[in-house]
Amino acid sequence: MRRIVWLLFCREWRLAWRRPGDLLNPLVFFAIVISLFPLAVGPEPSMLRIMAPGVIWVAALLATLLSLDGLFRSDYEDGSLEQWVLSAHPLTLMVLVKVAHHWLVSGLALVILAPLFGLMLALPPQVLPVLCLTLLLGTPVLSLLGAVGAALTVGLKGGGLLLALLIMPLYIPVLILGTGAMDAALQGLPVMGYALWLGCLAVLALSLAPLAIAAGLRIGVSE
Amino acid sequence: MNWSFFHKLGSPKWFYDISGRWLPWFVLATVLLLSVGIVWGLVFAPQDYQQGNSFRIIYIHVPAAFVAQSCYIMLAVAGIITLVWRMKLADVALRCAAPIGAWMTFIALITGAIWGKPTWGTYWVWDARLTSMLILLFLYFGIIALGQAISSRDTAAKATAVLAIVGVVNIPIIKYSVDWWNTLHQPATFKVTAKPAMPIEMWFPLLLTVLGFYALFTVSLLMRMRVETLRREGKTRWAREALEKMS
Amino acid sequence: MSGLSEFLAMGGHGPYVWSAYAITFVVLALNVLEPWVARRRLVSEEARRRRREEV
Repeated sequence: MRRIVWLLFCREWRLAWRRPGDLLNPLVFFAIVISLFPLAVGPEPSMLRIMAPGVIWVAALLATLLSLDGLFRSDYEDGSLEQWVLSAHPLTLMVLVKVAHHWLVSGLALVILAPLFGLMLALPPQVLPVLCLTLLLGTPVLSLLGAVGAALTVGLKGGGLLLALLIMPLYIPVLILGTGAMDAALQGLPVMGYALWLGCLAVLALSLAPLAIAAGLRIGVSE
Repeated sequence: MNWSFFHKLGSPKWFYDISGRWLPWFVLATVLLLSVGIVWGLVFAPQDYQQGNSFRIIYIHVPAAFVAQSCYIMLAVAGIITLVWRMKLADVALRCAAPIGAWMTFIALITGAIWGKPTWGTYWVWDARLTSMLILLFLYFGIIALGQAISSRDTAAKATAVLAIVGVVNIPIIKYSVDWWNTLHQPATFKVTAKPAMPIEMWFPLLLTVLGFYALFTVSLLMRMRVETLRREGKTRWAREALEKMS
Repeated sequence: MSGLSEFLAMGGHGPYVWSAYAITFVVLALNVLEPWVARRRLVSEEARRRRREEV
């Protein structure tokens, strides 16, 4: 079992790094979206500070959705997805590996990039660790839930937009918790409660989402 | 427990026959419940001492909201039946109920917004209930969009079933987080006053309209399911005969 | 007739109450008429198809 996980992970890693440009795209998107806001509402620091948690989280959400669109597509097109569904190994495990890899190259990258943009949006440096913590706990949920949508829309023409439409309502609790934690941190209030709730969502998503993703892939492949 | 009823449900023809017999009764129930309930609510119910006459919107807002929420749960149940028992009728029910649920959510939102103007001064406030309703509308749109995007009806059935189940699991989480978000951001001037218990002359017509809306939902659903069943079974003899009889 | 005009005015809340009820009524009617119209269309399509087959 462990060998399969490792082999699969290596495969994903190698495939991803063959086209490094694709890995950068969500991050550039994240950067551009965040930069749009000061341009749109003016650079007044006090206003940017109030908006910053929301802007960063929404941008992270959108960037994740964008990167998820192609999660299963190339595997679907070259037939390897079918092999996965038919194989003797548990599909949920394989799916988990794929999503974990996706999170490592997108979600984790966002966690590392976010403080930079936090500073650009006039966030005081002492809340940046909270920003990273909430994103660290929240982006796995975004990846997992988004993968459910990617599995359900695999092989569909209008894929990306439909995926966003399906999954964004489900992202709302993570958004509320993440920005709530940031607002509390900005006011100097404790954030442990928020972090625990985000952790709860992460564990819930980790245990249940792979089932839905596997179901979606089986449905998509059986067409 | 007599399971033959359950297995009979697998037969579209049986469903068509039995729904044909039940439909007139549901229509009658709808007309009676809605006309009595609405007339009572509009004319005879006493004014609310705080909100005046605008509170009468409750008689259409609350039933629509109830049906909108129950309908989504129904979609999830239909989804489970589709995936576990592969019953085509469950998919017909899911596909037909989704637009009705979306319309009910729309009614709840619009009447809620209109009610908000004389009550709070603005047409839209991001309070917990309206925001949850808006998110529910998005969830409905998702199911409808996914159902239409997949060309194979069989695949669409299973995919929308999974989506409905995922949605229904998320609904309590969304509801709680929106409720809590609302308490975070409630402006100091917005007082949440405890509502006094409604006298019977006020809530009885509400009960009637709630039941009436459920009855109307059933009427619309059965009508749509009958049309969809005829469409899907178009090549069978019983369907052709039924259509011939109607022309 | 002041009773009726008073009723319609709803103590100043008339436009709100009546617009809400009107929109609701239209949407509910739509939800009942649309399947009915769809059924009629199905029947006429079937009749047309049968006529074509008999030819």
